[in-house]
Amino acid sequence: MENFTPISAIMGGLLIGSAAMLTLWTNGRIAGISGILSGAMFPKQQDTLWRLLFVAGLILGGAVYAIASGDLEVITQASPVMSVIAGLLVGFGTRMGSGCTSGHGICGIARFSQRSLVATGTFMLAGFITVNVVRHV
Amino acid sequence: MWCAMFKENITTDSSPISAFVAIATSGFLFGLGLAISGMTNPAKVVGFLDIAGDWDPSLILVMVAGLGLTVPSFHFILKQKQPLFTKQFFLPTRNDPDGKLITGAALFGVGWGIGDYCPGPALAALVSLNTNVILFCGAMLAGMVIHHFLMEK
Repeated sequence: MENFTPISAIMGGLLIGSAAMLTLWTNGRIAGISGILSGAMFPKQQDTLWRLLFVAGLILGGAVYAIASGDLEVITQASPVMSVIAGLLVGFGTRMGSGCTSGHGICGIARFSQRSLVATGTFMLAGFITVNVVRHV
Repeated sequence: MWCAMFKENITTDSSPISAFVAIATSGFLFGLGLAISGMTNPAKVVGFLDIAGDWDPSLILVMVAGLGLTVPSFHFILKQKQPLFTKQFFLPTRNDPDGKLITGAALFGVGWGIGDYCPGPALAALVSLNTNVILFCGAMLAGMVIHHFLMEK
């Protein structure tokens, strides 16, 4: 556990929680990234602008961190081909499963949604199994 | 075409400007939180998902801290008649897990384990201009488009 970083993890989690809280409190929306993103590409009502603003803010948040800390570390062992396969699975899977880590894991569980509890358990388990198969088998 | 769509959305969306400022701020805080937590770095995510290796439980604390705020606050927010700046809450109505939900979540989990990114951190890491991050984000959008045309008819 030498890489354990409890303080930054808790600070990050509190910011993410505050963002989800602010989204619901001010706009009545669920801060689910995959839903916000796909909804911006295929708008059902006239609701593209808030989605684009949220995504722009999200990217800006990463940028401000990178500037303030001098570096946004990205260390990956995935090959470009693996990154594309992973992206396709994440994009398709989050739509089929109606959400991702934010929408199900942070917002859905907070509403005690059974679907979100099941989805979060499933993608966590699938993630654990995949990483352990890729790295240890 | 994009420009025309954009204009139409601005003029027909009845939300006040304060709603838009608040949603952009929310996105900003979310992205900042993801970067501070370390989730924008695949190595950190592998450390968490790789239980059999040198396990790093940090990301559990991200979720616990996030839920520590959302669980109590959602309870009070959803008791209000309406949100602060818009007319109604937009909430999912279904509560029954089905095969589609579980299959989708499983596919997502496999992708998460291969690329070590879920959607939010991948977007927040775009500023790194790392080739894999850009490829992942492009493929993620493509995956959503494929789902739209294959499954939502």
